[in-house]
Amino acid sequence: MVLVFAERSDDELYRQALTFARSIDPDQVHAVGINDPAGYSPDGWATALTRVTEERGPTVVVGPGTERGNEVLAHVAAVLDLPMAANCVSATPGDPLTLTRVRWGGSLLEEARLHGSPALLTVAPHAVAADEQSVEIELAPAASEAIVRVSERVETVTAGVSLADADVVVSGGRGVGSAEGFAVIEELAALLGAAVGCSRAVTSAGWRPHTDQVGQTGTRISPSLYIACGISGATQHMAGCKGAKKLMAINPDNEASIFASADYAVIGDLHEVVPAISAEIRRTRGGG
Amino acid sequence: MNILVCVKRVPLTGGKIVLTDDERAISTRHLGFTVSPHEECGVEEAVRLIEQHGGSSAVLTLGPPEAEEQLRDMMALGIDRAVHLVADGEEWDPQATANAIVDAIRSQSEPFDLILFGNESADAGNYQVAVRVAHKLGLPVVTGIKGIAVGDSQLRLEQEVPGGRDVYVIPTPAVVTVKEGLNLPRYPSVPGRLRAKRKPLDTSTPARPEPMLEMIKLTLPPDSGKQAQVLGNGADAAPAVVTVLDELGLL
Repeated sequence: MVLVFAERSDDELYRQALTFARSIDPDQVHAVGINDPAGYSPDGWATALTRVTEERGPTVVVGPGTERGNEVLAHVAAVLDLPMAANCVSATPGDPLTLTRVRWGGSLLEEARLHGSPALLTVAPHAVAADEQSVEIELAPAASEAIVRVSERVETVTAGVSLADADVVVSGGRGVGSAEGFAVIEELAALLGAAVGCSRAVTSAGWRPHTDQVGQTGTRISPSLYIACGISGATQHMAGCKGAKKLMAINPDNEASIFASADYAVIGDLHEVVPAISAEIRRTRGGG
Repeated sequence: MNILVCVKRVPLTGGKIVLTDDERAISTRHLGFTVSPHEECGVEEAVRLIEQHGGSSAVLTLGPPEAEEQLRDMMALGIDRAVHLVADGEEWDPQATANAIVDAIRSQSEPFDLILFGNESADAGNYQVAVRVAHKLGLPVVTGIKGIAVGDSQLRLEQEVPGGRDVYVIPTPAVVTVKEGLNLPRYPSVPGRLRAKRKPLDTSTPARPEPMLEMIKLTLPPDSGKQAQVLGNGADAAPAVVTVLDELGLL
């Protein structure tokens, strides 16, 4: 039997976790959510999930590839002193269980054996395509002895298009050269109704806020089109934009590694190319 | 207050990862090293909190002898002292790593009020060492934090969630894992680098137990197989770019 932690029933990553669980045991997948009117508590929810795990005796416990999926499973692993593998893409039951998981935000795969039962796994986001089959979620009672709990939610209002949800993203990298240099990126983004992004080199230099960073330690994006300007294509950055359906790269170095992942390439300095694209869009629209 | 920051030495990967012949590590022959990005922010936060509130800071790593370079780098940024758990070149799994860190923390003469980790390491990304350390030490732990305010024997912590920030208020001592964006880390100064050479560094050599999460080998994901369509050079490429934007229905 495989137990799936249903952090939220409406979440895509939860449905991916269900599909992953069925790949391990097609017939015996049970989903458990936590019924906690007091809100989220990492250790409290883990205590509740640990109790269900001890009652049911599953061979594998699967968590979704969300922040809280990883957090709660890590607490369960600590309580039971069992090994846990985060961000798995596949698992084969056995003694020991063997698995493949991602490292470096998906730039590298690791094959591993997990010595412990039940096996505690979380599923790498978007590594498996969720099927439509659902299961009834059993709600487990919350643990009363929670130590840490969310005490308040501060809502933030984002102006314009959010990076994570944008259909088009225009990003600048080290090649932009300065904070002021982003004016040409912003101009093109405005013409396309796109969000502005950047690479880690840019946020480290203080040219843009961290909320604009696309990457392994920034925002993961999945737009229809990603336009990367003056970005070389370090693994840190590619981990954040590999969900893009199409990638257009603008870079003066035709050896830049970003071109290996690109659908469209423009060889040139973004400070010449990007304003020319903006001007061409205006001309097309004005004339059309 | 006394603050400990735990860091991990990782290679500065460029655009393309190359594996060693035994497929158990990244070939680092042509690479420099750093600490995981989230941890850089943990170190910066520790330095700022000590500047504001007084006390002392320490940095700890479990890593090969060469990881002294990262410990000196962190001390150049303002950390007061370092603890180096010298490891063999082999992979330490998360449980073994957490246990070695717990033993080291218990052997310190003064307890820590705050123990900081990165939310996950840049390389292995196991998402669990800090949580295991907290449980072993019987301390509260919150992960993925992007805002820390220190109060009287308590911490107000902010975590980014879709649509806003969740706030946790927890007593100290505590374990907190942080994410990049918490602050903008400073660059080391030349006097900072000179001072770092003379700051105290304790070493010990823990024994590595058999791994419970046992890495067999690393593989590179399949190549995207993409062949980019070259739209042109310089500003002359603009009409071809706009044609593509039109084809994609974006105009």
